[in-house]
Amino acid sequence: MFEHYLSLIVKAIFIENLALAFFLGMCTFLAVSKKVSTALGLGVAVIVVQTITIPANNLLYTYFLKAGALSWAGYPDVDLSFLGLISYIGVIAAMVQILEMTLDKFFPALYNSLGIFLPLITVNCAILGGSLFMVERDYNFGESVAYGFGSSVGWALAIAILAGITEKMDYSDPPKGLRGLGMTFMTCGLLAIVFMAFAGISL
Amino acid sequence: MSKQNQTVKTLVVAGLLCFVCSVLVSVVVVTLRPQQAENAELDMKKNILMSAGLIEKGDDINQAFKSIETVVVDMQTGKRVENADVEDFNQVEASKNPKKSVKIPASKDVAGLSRRSKLAKVYLKRDETGKINTLILNQWGKGLWSTMYGFIALGPDMNTVKGFGYYSQGETPGLGGEVDNPKWKNLWVGKKIYNEEGEVALEVVKGQGQGQYEIDGLSGATITANGVSDSIEYWFGEHGYAQLLETVKAGEL
Amino acid sequence: MSIKKLVVEPIISNNPIALQILGICSALAVTVQLKNVFVMCAAVTMVIAFANLGVSLIRNHVPSSIRIIVQMTIIASLVIIAEQFLKAYVYDQWKTMAVYVGLIITNCIVMGRTEAFGMKNGPVESFFDGIGNGLGYSFILIVVGFFRELFGSGKLLGFTIFDLTKDGGWYQANGLMLLPPSAFFIIGLIIWAIRTKDPSQIEE
Repeated sequence: MFEHYLSLIVKAIFIENLALAFFLGMCTFLAVSKKVSTALGLGVAVIVVQTITIPANNLLYTYFLKAGALSWAGYPDVDLSFLGLISYIGVIAAMVQILEMTLDKFFPALYNSLGIFLPLITVNCAILGGSLFMVERDYNFGESVAYGFGSSVGWALAIAILAGITEKMDYSDPPKGLRGLGMTFMTCGLLAIVFMAFAGISL
Repeated sequence: MSKQNQTVKTLVVAGLLCFVCSVLVSVVVVTLRPQQAENAELDMKKNILMSAGLIEKGDDINQAFKSIETVVVDMQTGKRVENADVEDFNQVEASKNPKKSVKIPASKDVAGLSRRSKLAKVYLKRDETGKINTLILNQWGKGLWSTMYGFIALGPDMNTVKGFGYYSQGETPGLGGEVDNPKWKNLWVGKKIYNEEGEVALEVVKGQGQGQYEIDGLSGATITANGVSDSIEYWFGEHGYAQLLETVKAGEL
Repeated sequence: MSIKKLVVEPIISNNPIALQILGICSALAVTVQLKNVFVMCAAVTMVIAFANLGVSLIRNHVPSSIRIIVQMTIIASLVIIAEQFLKAYVYDQWKTMAVYVGLIITNCIVMGRTEAFGMKNGPVESFFDGIGNGLGYSFILIVVGFFRELFGSGKLLGFTIFDLTKDGGWYQANGLMLLPPSAFFIIGLIIWAIRTKDPSQIEE
């Protein structure tokens, strides 16, 4: 059993990397910063939010939205899965807000370092994408916890590496038109190829 | 404006907005639902017929599907399950449901599926005498990235492949994704699943396939090809459809 | 601002993807086939246009404290509607890009336009600003999709252009084009091209 979860986590981090295999959450990252420290801060914030929201959305899906999920309330024929999108984004927005207030109240130091990234996360596609993939792949609650953690760690890892490379890129001399954004895209592409080498690792 | 008024206004705006949005969304969902259900059903029928090679592009799917009989069978005994909910039974979903499935013993789980549903949904086509001349079976297994879901169709001797195809897979496009290539799928037609000793012999080999038990490999996609071989080995092994095929051969389905 | 300018400007000179790096996330994974690209573009353009229109209509009545969540609700409802339409009328395409249609909600272009334009301008201008930005987004996606399908599988919109060697033709398909990373390279090259033409965009 433990092995199953471990393999799910490793797969989510390296093989099905949200940022590099599915291109999710790039805008937030590219728009915010090209520094490793900022990338790490954003990464940690995503890990926290993702690990909470994916299991939360999993519960919501299993007990409210899925076809036949309302049978405990006496409505076995109701299928609310079309409300998925709006509910997940609602859960995400609420979780981010709650997390922000909790951190502010009890862990002010942490709030000061993570606080600025939290509002950005609501509109981060990696977070919503994670929830949608969880539903599409029909994970159970335990698996959704593992997936939430693994996928967000993978995302954080990808943007930290990318920021590291971009920082070093300052010392190089690419053609003028490629500087900045163009170069970042190319780097992303190369990094995505590197991560593809993990494919097929059997666990 | 006073603070009190401000709060009331916020609530009113939020309430109205929710109301308008929910009415819009519900109207659209309700009006489009029949069309969507029809699409999903048509898509499934198309996949079944395509994998058995029973239709060409552009044929009328509903018309062609009329000759197909859908049956739910018990995997353990290979017998037809009377009074089963043929319409709504979904074999893939049932395999994930602990109540409707059994654990596959590790020694037999060559395809890494972990669970198998107790019942199976099969599609068959009879000739004029009532003998089954095409049997279409669900089969799936893990490839490199994804679980590949598909059908395999067998001829009257329940050994010769009549057609093969996946309807959902997420393999590397251009490499493993070539399992969708019609040319490759055509290689399956006429191959035999069991050898003379009654063992599952059909497999995807590296390079060119020789004889009636080998299918050409997919270049650059060894893991996908192995996944295909493993799923064939599992589904036609004794924990898979072997019992069902016996029943069919005995003419009891 | 004239409507023509509103629609035309975001396509090249003020393209939301190329200049503001908005909305690329959901953009790339659907670009393997040009057919999917068109469906995705139509969905995104409609969502931006109507979200902008809706936000603009109620802009004077929305208290700023719930501004963001109001926009989010409008966008999410529109995306659900768009998804339902796709499911009903272009089922095959919907199946291959289901998750990415849902991700239009978090597409930064949509939220970016409603916040920056819809909240401040009248309904007509907002609607056309939405169309313009949708087309700008479509432009980049179509270019990426064009190259990926043509060089990756020798086809355009499913019609064979280059005969592939595996089917007995002359063109050896470029497998890289079918893989995710190629989208990054193509966008990088597009940005390079746009900046060479318009040097004021160059970052130092």
